[in-house]
Amino acid sequence: MHSIYRTLRTALHALRRNVMRSILTCLGIIIGVAAVITMMEIGQGSSAAIQGTISKMGANMLMVQPGESRTSGISLGSGTRITLTPGDCDAIREDCSAVKDAAPNVYARVQLVYGNKNWQPNQIYGTTPGYLEIGNWQISQGDNFTDQDVQSANLVCLVGQTLANDLFDGDSPVGKELRVRNVNMKVIGVLAPKGANMMGWDQDDVLMLPWTTAKFRLSGSSLGNVNQSAAAAASSLTQVNTLNNLYPSSSLAVLPAASPLKANQPQIVRFPSIDRIYVSARSAEEIPTAIRQITSVLRDRHRLTPKEESDFEVRDMTEFTKALTSTSTLMTNLLLCVALISLVVGGVGIMNIMLVSVTERTREIGLRMAVGARGRDILRQFLIEAILLCLFGGFAGIVFGRGSSILVNAFLHWPVSISIPAIIAAVFVSASTGILFGFYPAWKASRLDPIEALRYE
Amino acid sequence: MELIRLKDIYKTYHLGEVDVPVLRGITLDIGRGELISLMGASGSGKSTLMNLLGCLDRPTSGEYWLDGQEISRLSSDGRAMLRNQKIGFVFQSFNLLPRTSALENVMMPLTYTARNLSEVDGRKRAVALLELVGLGDRMDHEPSQLSGGQQQRVAIARSLVNRPPLLFADEPTGNLDSKTSEEVLKMFQRLNEVEGITIILVTHDANVARHSNRIIRIKDGIVENDHAQIVPSEDIDATPVMAH
Repeated sequence: MHSIYRTLRTALHALRRNVMRSILTCLGIIIGVAAVITMMEIGQGSSAAIQGTISKMGANMLMVQPGESRTSGISLGSGTRITLTPGDCDAIREDCSAVKDAAPNVYARVQLVYGNKNWQPNQIYGTTPGYLEIGNWQISQGDNFTDQDVQSANLVCLVGQTLANDLFDGDSPVGKELRVRNVNMKVIGVLAPKGANMMGWDQDDVLMLPWTTAKFRLSGSSLGNVNQSAAAAASSLTQVNTLNNLYPSSSLAVLPAASPLKANQPQIVRFPSIDRIYVSARSAEEIPTAIRQITSVLRDRHRLTPKEESDFEVRDMTEFTKALTSTSTLMTNLLLCVALISLVVGGVGIMNIMLVSVTERTREIGLRMAVGARGRDILRQFLIEAILLCLFGGFAGIVFGRGSSILVNAFLHWPVSISIPAIIAAVFVSASTGILFGFYPAWKASRLDPIEALRYE
Repeated sequence: MELIRLKDIYKTYHLGEVDVPVLRGITLDIGRGELISLMGASGSGKSTLMNLLGCLDRPTSGEYWLDGQEISRLSSDGRAMLRNQKIGFVFQSFNLLPRTSALENVMMPLTYTARNLSEVDGRKRAVALLELVGLGDRMDHEPSQLSGGQQQRVAIARSLVNRPPLLFADEPTGNLDSKTSEEVLKMFQRLNEVEGITIILVTHDANVARHSNRIIRIKDGIVENDHAQIVPSEDIDATPVMAH
């Protein structure tokens, strides 16, 4: 301990003897580390910003679809079975820790009429108010519908920008009434435009309404085989049933059991089914966890034995996630290259100056050896000098790096975020640069012959 | 028991294919408390002998007993330790660390002392030595702020900080004017008489040799002449310059 303290003091003293040169030597490391820190912070800031943008596009979104149904061994495609219930949706929301929110979805394909115009929207979403946040929708005019609207299947809806333009000719649609099939539906809000999605679909060609309304007031037809009046009749019944939405609450037989044709249809189930559940994970990283949790919750609720296949599918937006991870990987690798280059440049600078210093101080080395320094004492002294130089450089670099990223943030408004790993790496890297590039000069010094060294001019 | 006993020391340098014998069989005893001048013309092997005696180098053959220990085959680390504990060096060009205070310079060898002296004790010792050489009031001065004689006195204090029984002075007055030379030489004499330190002055200057009580002359790698002499009295001016 004592000798380390002395060596440290000797090294500090030696560096102080030539302050200007020590600072200039450090400069390579200072600039390198500062550059790395600034880059890392800007990189991390923009990575976070990109991540935010991508998650706005719905990267955190998961879809739960019913599984396929088969008739005589012929698959009818995924989503053809009716297995999901609003209760599933609530269970996912409440029991899965990695899930932020979940919203049910009921599709419909109907014609809308307003005045003398009609329009068939691309998408009609029957959902809950929470879907707006899951799908990252904003409202530009009016208000979202409420849970109360869902509860009582009120005739209210939100329209997308395309719809608003096409049907209402630029008038504000809020407060107007659309005719959908035989019912009048009040427009209470307009969604902010989102443009086309990655598949080229116009996302603004959309109508959103409470799922109960979609289910029971318009799209009795999503069952495909129930006529309009039957659907209307059903609606009054099932409206009550929304509160009683446990999974196999199939006791409510609406269709006459006597109809053999209908009884043969496997997809006719007498509980409020939903077509899809949209789920938002807490973060992009938690998507796999969320998928696991959802699967286990739903399997449990659907009372599937371990041997049975799941009667539903959970899908994520792999494409988005890939884009996200590849962006940040690329960024990290690029910064790593920069870090390596600046490290080498700084290290060569250190080595150069240490070699000069060894030559210049040959006599001192000779003297120290004459008074009893062993080779390893000399080695240690020069090595510690190099490491100290690098560490000073590293710390100064951290300060400068932090400073410049704060400046960048203040004047250029680029997003930056402090990166603790970068700071730890900078300290570690500068110390190891000192050891790596300081070793050769120190070794050279330790190998000097005291007689020659003392005589050196 | 003598402090130093050399027995049949040879030192040969190999310059490519050619062997250059520098020391050719030196046998020598040096007792404790002697003040010796080691003289010889340039190229006589005087410096080589000093390097061997100072444990900076190893003989090619022969025995070297220092303080009862045979050291001619010691490793470089072992010799470093020996130098640290038993030998002090004073150089012609002082070799003080630049931009370092006199006190720090004197304390420097303690850095390499195996049995650690506490910081406070080391400082005390250095201060006492600086006072001994008459620089008690210049302890914070850096070498550049000291005269040549003062620098050499700092170097002497440094050589004594580990309390060695043996002190080598390689042309200690070579860079000093005659007046300061006298001062420095008197200091050596006093250290020899009062402290009982064995001192070997390596020189080619007869004036320096005058201050010693034994003169060893080296010529062509062998001892040419080894004789004791009466140390002149303190009144140096009264003593005539010794003729050969």
